[in-house]
Amino acid sequence: MLQYTFRRVLYAIPIALAVSLVCFLLVHIAPGDPIDAILPPDASAETVAMVRKDYGLDKPLPIQFGLWLMHVVQGDFGRSIANRRLVSEELVSAAGKTFILASSAAGLGFVIGCVLGGLAAAFRGTWVDRLAVGFAVGGVSVPHYWLGMVLVIIFSVLLGWLPSIGAGPGDWAWNWAHIRHLILPAVTLSVIPAGLVTRTVRGVVVEILSQDFMTTLKGKGLNRARVMLHVVKNAAPSALAVMGLQLGYLMGGSILVETVFAWPGTGMMLNQAIFQRDIPMLQGATLVLAMIFVALNLIVDLIQTALDPRMRRT
Amino acid sequence: MPDTLVKARQLKVRFVQNGSAINAVNGVDFDLNAGEVLCILGESGSGKSVTLRALMRLNPPSKTVMSGTLEVGGRDIIAATEDELETLRGPFVSMIFQEPMTALDPVFTIGHQISEAIVRHEGLSRRDAKLRAIELLEMVQVPSAKRRLSAYPHELSGGLRQRAMIAIALSCRPKLLLADEPTTALDASVQIQILTLLREIQQEMGMGMIFVTHDLGVAGEIADRIAVMYAGRFVEEGPVVEMMTAPLHPYSRGLLGATVREGSRGTRLTTIPGAPPDLRDLPDGCAFAPRCSEAQSPCLAALPDLRTPEPGRAARCIHVESRP
Repeated sequence: MLQYTFRRVLYAIPIALAVSLVCFLLVHIAPGDPIDAILPPDASAETVAMVRKDYGLDKPLPIQFGLWLMHVVQGDFGRSIANRRLVSEELVSAAGKTFILASSAAGLGFVIGCVLGGLAAAFRGTWVDRLAVGFAVGGVSVPHYWLGMVLVIIFSVLLGWLPSIGAGPGDWAWNWAHIRHLILPAVTLSVIPAGLVTRTVRGVVVEILSQDFMTTLKGKGLNRARVMLHVVKNAAPSALAVMGLQLGYLMGGSILVETVFAWPGTGMMLNQAIFQRDIPMLQGATLVLAMIFVALNLIVDLIQTALDPRMRRT
Repeated sequence: MPDTLVKARQLKVRFVQNGSAINAVNGVDFDLNAGEVLCILGESGSGKSVTLRALMRLNPPSKTVMSGTLEVGGRDIIAATEDELETLRGPFVSMIFQEPMTALDPVFTIGHQISEAIVRHEGLSRRDAKLRAIELLEMVQVPSAKRRLSAYPHELSGGLRQRAMIAIALSCRPKLLLADEPTTALDASVQIQILTLLREIQQEMGMGMIFVTHDLGVAGEIADRIAVMYAGRFVEEGPVVEMMTAPLHPYSRGLLGATVREGSRGTRLTTIPGAPPDLRDLPDGCAFAPRCSEAQSPCLAALPDLRTPEPGRAARCIHVESRP
């Protein structure tokens, strides 16, 4: 088990390399020049050349990539081209904000999904089932930004209950002043994982309920609650796998939702970095997010293995 | 007068779904006393497993319709509430299934699956239940029982898995053990071990047992009485020796003739022509008549009633003479 974990951590190294290389190339293939974003359009040719040299953008691409990599290995992600701030600091703050949003949305989606999926499976073929499946399809299909705006119109504009933008004053804290900012974006973001988890849980639980061992359990005279325990432990690996992947996607920060709600997370940061051709920022953010994704996958795998002995690896 | 564990009268089980109904069990009568082993013999789809499950009301509740009289341990099973059934399942009646791989929960240890019923019904602590689970595994002759407690079903061989299944069924010392083809999924060499074990335990604990199988050899090995089932009815019932040597019903004779057994060397095996009837649309008369070489017109007109040529034997065939 320990050996397996270690091997999986080692696999992260080539993944990290590939991700940064692809991202680096994509930024350079795309049209547009970072210098244009920071200098006024009428800057002289000498100024442009000077700034370009300053940022190391005059060197050939492989060398640029190599230099960047060398610094990253030493923990130095460089400074943002756009605002000269340390990429690492920006990243930590944005990722922290996104983590709050993503984990709230994921948690909410997971709970809703498990409840609806479980109910749908238990009452298969009835109106409960159809309602839950309808919600799941709707949740997966509805455009995020549209739902976000509708929620803003209802709860911020019409009712005036909740703020529509930002993450609250100053640093994050778990108090009402901040949580009220979290509610609308978290609900908006939770809809997709809720839909996916509903469908997964429904499918898995229906299958478990049709298994022979359910008859054995009933035949032992176990009551509903104890039979439920068996259903939950059997369904958990699949539900967690879906949830883990979703949390990974959410950590990338939903660009649209974070933009609609002006939530200062990785999504909004990436959005700005792309428009400004802020290469160090983009590179750093993608690398960190890819690593978070790999780590989440590993955690999900380990939990799954702990729950389902048949997956045990050596 | 021995305890009557099961009393079934005109027991019928129908599966109703989307407007169509399958008549799986069509009027079964029998009694089972403590310490007695009844073997229900029949081919696939004859309703033997459904009958067995009906005794614990384990058929899918949403589409099963039961009628007639069915008493298990003096309790009316058809009218019982779920709570009443829960107290009956385990301490009074329990079941062993055909396929131990799928009948055991793959994500719980054997120890957990044995002890959870003990905890539930006898209120023992987890630790005491574990000790009892070890005893049970030793009783069903699982080697190094203590170590196997923490094993998962997929880590055991088929034979050991079935032994674990038996240990689960025996965990609350039931008075009635139901076995649904428990040896069918096993190797021939393991089959006989399991059968012997079941017979020993049954005698030791004085349990009543109903054993469902399609294998005549298995039935002869374990049964006191045999009931032959066809199209949801008992067509013949009687003590094992008489049944095996001089079957009354043409279908029983057909089954015997199609089986390799002692004394069949040199004689040709026969087959029963045709196929079992459609359970959605049963004939009015004897369900076996269309395949029967001795069928006459009364066979098709009405269902033959049960005739008893001698005490303890009965058959549903017009060729059998009832003697008072």
